[in-house]
Amino acid sequence: MSRRTVAALSRSLAQGEFSSTELTRDYLDRIKKFNGVFNAYITVTEELALAQAAAADQRRARGEHGPLTGIPLAHKDIFCMRDVLTTCGSKMLANFISPYDATVVERFNAAGTVTLGKTNMDEFAMGSSNETSFFGAVRNPWDTERVPGGSSGGSAAAVAADLCAMATGTDTGGSIRQPAAFCGITGFKPSYGRISRWGMIAFASSLDQAGPICKSAEDAALMMNVMAGPDIKDSTCVDMAAPDYMATLNDSLKGLRIGVPRQHLAKGLGAEVESALQEALKLYESLGATVHEVDLPNSHLSVSAYYVIAPAEASANLSRFDGVRYGYRCENPVNLEDMYKRTRSEGFGSEVKRRIMVGTYALSAGFYDAYYLKAQQIRRLIKNDFDNAFKDVDVIIGPTTPHTAFKIGEKNDDPVTMYLEDIYTIAVNLAGLPGMSIPAGMHNGLPIGIQLVGKDFDEARLLNIAHQYQQNTDWHLQRPEV
Amino acid sequence: MVWETVIGLEVHVQLDTKSKLFSGSSTTFGAEPNTQAGIYDLAMPGTLPVFNEEVLRMAVKFGLAIDAEIGRKSVFDRKNYFYPDLPKGYQVTQLAFPTVGKGSLQITMEDGTEKVIGITRAHIEEDAGKSLHEDFQGLTGIDLNRAGTALLEIVSEPELRSAKEAVAYLKKLHSIIRYLGISDGNMSQGSMRCDANVSVRKVGAKEFGTRAEIKNINSFRFVEKAILHEAQRQIDLIEDGGRVIQETRLYDADKDETRSMRSKEVANDYRYFPEPDLLPVVIDEAYIEAVRAQLPELPNAKRARFVSQYGLSDYDAGVLASSREMGNFYEEVVKICGDAKLSSNWVTVDLQALLNRNDIDIDQSPINAARLGALIGRIKDQTISSKIAKTVFEAMIGNEQSVDEIIESQGLKQVTDSGAIEKLVDEVIAGNPEQVAQYRAGKEKVFAFFIGQAMKVSKGKANPEQLNALLLQKLKG
Repeated sequence: MSRRTVAALSRSLAQGEFSSTELTRDYLDRIKKFNGVFNAYITVTEELALAQAAAADQRRARGEHGPLTGIPLAHKDIFCMRDVLTTCGSKMLANFISPYDATVVERFNAAGTVTLGKTNMDEFAMGSSNETSFFGAVRNPWDTERVPGGSSGGSAAAVAADLCAMATGTDTGGSIRQPAAFCGITGFKPSYGRISRWGMIAFASSLDQAGPICKSAEDAALMMNVMAGPDIKDSTCVDMAAPDYMATLNDSLKGLRIGVPRQHLAKGLGAEVESALQEALKLYESLGATVHEVDLPNSHLSVSAYYVIAPAEASANLSRFDGVRYGYRCENPVNLEDMYKRTRSEGFGSEVKRRIMVGTYALSAGFYDAYYLKAQQIRRLIKNDFDNAFKDVDVIIGPTTPHTAFKIGEKNDDPVTMYLEDIYTIAVNLAGLPGMSIPAGMHNGLPIGIQLVGKDFDEARLLNIAHQYQQNTDWHLQRPEV
Repeated sequence: MVWETVIGLEVHVQLDTKSKLFSGSSTTFGAEPNTQAGIYDLAMPGTLPVFNEEVLRMAVKFGLAIDAEIGRKSVFDRKNYFYPDLPKGYQVTQLAFPTVGKGSLQITMEDGTEKVIGITRAHIEEDAGKSLHEDFQGLTGIDLNRAGTALLEIVSEPELRSAKEAVAYLKKLHSIIRYLGISDGNMSQGSMRCDANVSVRKVGAKEFGTRAEIKNINSFRFVEKAILHEAQRQIDLIEDGGRVIQETRLYDADKDETRSMRSKEVANDYRYFPEPDLLPVVIDEAYIEAVRAQLPELPNAKRARFVSQYGLSDYDAGVLASSREMGNFYEEVVKICGDAKLSSNWVTVDLQALLNRNDIDIDQSPINAARLGALIGRIKDQTISSKIAKTVFEAMIGNEQSVDEIIESQGLKQVTDSGAIEKLVDEVIAGNPEQVAQYRAGKEKVFAFFIGQAMKVSKGKANPEQLNALLLQKLKG
């Protein structure tokens, strides 16, 4: 039963085919059996899960349930969860028990979901392979020699290996979409401001956005119905009611105008990814869509701009980890400066330290205009490119990643090669647009993802377009042998 | 060599809001350490700021009171530095787009001269917590109750030219923020804090000298002393062939001196950038007008009104308008007794002396406006003389009795009965034949002696005018 989509599980729970408690036990058993292999979870909250499952079963019995009541999920360990270890993949927070719930966690709790645990991730969400986690690398369920992608690698692997029915993730430069592509699942990053960031440990505040990691566009719509919407605790969360994302999933695609960025079909894109993309476009044409080439002339600048803006914000966001109030503190500091230096040297991993240094440099007096300000100007150009493209098309479709999942350790020597993994996804964060990755093929036993990008706050249309694809293909239902 | 002191002040005013700038935590002063620090104030991971709109209203109020440009779009920035009482490792403040832009403040010196001082800007920012260095066996304790409290930092142009001007500016600022009700301005509790940028130059020089910043001076008196001391230090230094270096100095009130605190800090790089967790604050004309409608009458307007409405001197009107409480007190006294000038004298002289003597504010006055009004009323209707009134005034302190009861019970009523006064005059004349002879021989100065004797016998209660007339008549006769 644990291999089904959330939509299917929800129907089974409704029909009484099995209880949430049975379902939860099934997932907990699988976690016990397989987490040692994949390292997808940092914390398993078995006791809590069983209590929530029992409560969900009672809610269902009383008829007080929603579609997700009793569905077991996992939260990326970036979301604060009251009384539960919340590490953000770092030694710095390896002892941090959160005193409060993130809004996302609170909303799922209110919907009656069952929390199986907290998933592994790149340290402070900084990485594209899940190798920077203090708790060790996560392994790709399709090939344990390979990375699951990052930074939401634990969530993606847990969903792909059916160690949960669905999971939450966060995406700052591709951290939901790239692991979804590598793990053959559906990953959705909403528009910036659609989901509250309250309780989500900040990496780059102007780019971070939470979203669903799951097995289908329909599941993503079910999760979005819980996650999206205004929150007074987050001033950057838009004050605009979220629509019912399920309502428009079956809208026709007749007359849909699809844009394919010229720049994405250029050098660097693997042939297997390109051919999967072309197949997908053909399918869309058969559903009544037309395909047009669009121009994103500044897209080659996105990685550079991102690696100024994101580290700059991170350098400030991570200043609070100073050993004073919570988290790691070095042993026997001799004075304040020693405490700061050693706490932060010992508590952060090398990728995090690298980004703090890059960001600190970019904001320094004398360099601010040349780096931070310039990067913000590029960000504006990139947004303008998308706005122009969306004058002629309804959705932009391209590759999620240049190739399929790479091997663990393969890209560790050169950070820049690793940074280029996110070449197609980063611009979407800089522009604040909704984007998603859906499985669209296999190559040598590894999944291939394609990326769909929509207009600002047009998530419902994006989910509709992805759902129609999944109604006519079964790539999203492929599962690794576990 | 004649030197001129150049001073610019940075004043931090703690805004009197119920909750903090970006969190719902209470701001009450004096609570147990760390009991008023919520998860945002503690910089728990994942927490976010939510702007307290009351702070905006207060800042705009202040801006309007000093005739400043109001920022239609203000932007918060992060100022990055590490310190244990700064939980996030950055302070949220406003750098390029403050809520209050250029404005000005008119100050009045003791000799009545006036001067307009430019205000560069006033921006909203959050306060830090406190580091406690005592009682922790060599460790430092951190109290984050104050962390995140809303501050308005008011920056003046370097247009103050003496310590006295600096104090006059501070007092005017203090008066305005209290009029506006945006802060209690209590310097000893730190709700108004002053940093002074001080430099000296030769009179007539165009360039400013190198300045030193004196931090955290916590009373008006210390501001004056610290500036005087620092200016003299710089003058001595230069005259001895030395050079002033740009640095932060701390004023030590016990030793009455400033000393270097951290010259290194000049090179600090705060790496400001726009706070991505907050949207720019955009305000429109309607908002500004709504705030303007809530503005109380301000000191200058009140002073002008006191002059025209009550016929007071500019100086007295200024003293009475210096605080909202004083102005209100005065007007209540006038309403009761109906004599604006007598009221002004009593409030600015006798009552003020009483307050100074006890080092208290007018709202703690042991004699309230109603009772003072009643007292003055009794002078007006000649129940008592002005002189006796001072006795009654003293008797009123710590006394629940009404003015009339005090006059009655202590027998202080003025004697206006002409028969009684005649008896008194006869008594005095009969008892001092020698002086009577002198007077009648042309030594008219002796008249004052008779008045004194009569008052002594009547215990000051005789109506002076009647006494005067009758004595004159009897002595001449």
